[in-house]
Amino acid sequence: MTVALKAGEVAQKLAQAFPTAIITNGREAIIVPSDSFFEVAQFLKNTPGLDFDYLTSLTATDYFDYFEVVYHLTSLKHNHSLVLKTRCYDREEPTVPSVISVWQGADLQEREAYDLMGIIFTGHPNLKRLFLWEGFPGYPLRKDYL
Amino acid sequence: MEVGESKISIPSVMEADLAEGVAINSMREAYRQAIPDPDKWLEEELSRNILVTTVDAVVDWGRRCSVWPVNMGLACCAFEMIAMANARFDIARFGMELLRPTPRQADLFWVCGTITWKMAPALKRIYEQMAEPKWVLAMGSCAISGGTFRESYSVVPGVNCILPVDVYVPGCPPRPEGILYGISLLHQKIGRGTIQGELADKVEEWKQKMKLEAYLGGMWK
Repeated sequence: MTVALKAGEVAQKLAQAFPTAIITNGREAIIVPSDSFFEVAQFLKNTPGLDFDYLTSLTATDYFDYFEVVYHLTSLKHNHSLVLKTRCYDREEPTVPSVISVWQGADLQEREAYDLMGIIFTGHPNLKRLFLWEGFPGYPLRKDYL
Repeated sequence: MEVGESKISIPSVMEADLAEGVAINSMREAYRQAIPDPDKWLEEELSRNILVTTVDAVVDWGRRCSVWPVNMGLACCAFEMIAMANARFDIARFGMELLRPTPRQADLFWVCGTITWKMAPALKRIYEQMAEPKWVLAMGSCAISGGTFRESYSVVPGVNCILPVDVYVPGCPPRPEGILYGISLLHQKIGRGTIQGELADKVEEWKQKMKLEAYLGGMWK
């Protein structure tokens, strides 16, 4: 069984590495502001002891005030997991850095989140609609759709 | 008020027996010779191997007994289609076991499951590639009306929005028995006279046209 790491302990490690980044820990997840998100992702992947080398899933949620992008990370080496979150408050153009250069598996999942929730992943090489067709009006999984 | 005599005379048993005897005797006189075989003029080889029927009946029979479906499993209903193809329910009994991967060789467009708008152009195209005569069977609530996803942003509200449907089989998914019933309905529909019907339609159309022309001609005179 994969061990879920305690978010607080990992957050302390992250706070040492990124003193400028405001890292709050939720109850079970680490919430990272989107401007320092890419560095945090690289750190989580490459730091010995953490080694999160596998992105299990990438989803997005609409909380009316902000969008939350949720990353489920797993380490195949140490068999532990972590939930990583980031928030974007701009409703018109929610922007999150793409982690495709860190985890290759993020490709289609980022496209899905863009397709259905309208989150723009900067740095994605092929960010276009995945399930819906070009010219579809709006983003259907947003709460204010329809 | 007096009641008149009944006009129905009931014969006595003896009279009935006599009448029966007369009838039997007359038949016995009349039918002494055996009725000759109507195919006697044919040679023996031919008469053993030739069956006479109408072209319509044969064509209908042929179409009915070899309805090849195109392999169109779009969602979970496809599993019921697979179950139909397997030994337990066995559509091979109707000559339908050849689920064609190409529409060019298929007669039945068997739509199993939810149709999304992204799939709709492909669906239409496959239907147009099929050769005439062709039939459409909509299977499951999603194919009939969109089902649960009717109000959804990505689902076609029923395959009849894009194709003409012959048979609807409701259910979510339908039981194989239901599909069997749908197939038998389709067989009835195919067997209901095709060439004759088509010709009759043409003749009727022609008649209407002629009448109209005659009427117009009369007007101009």
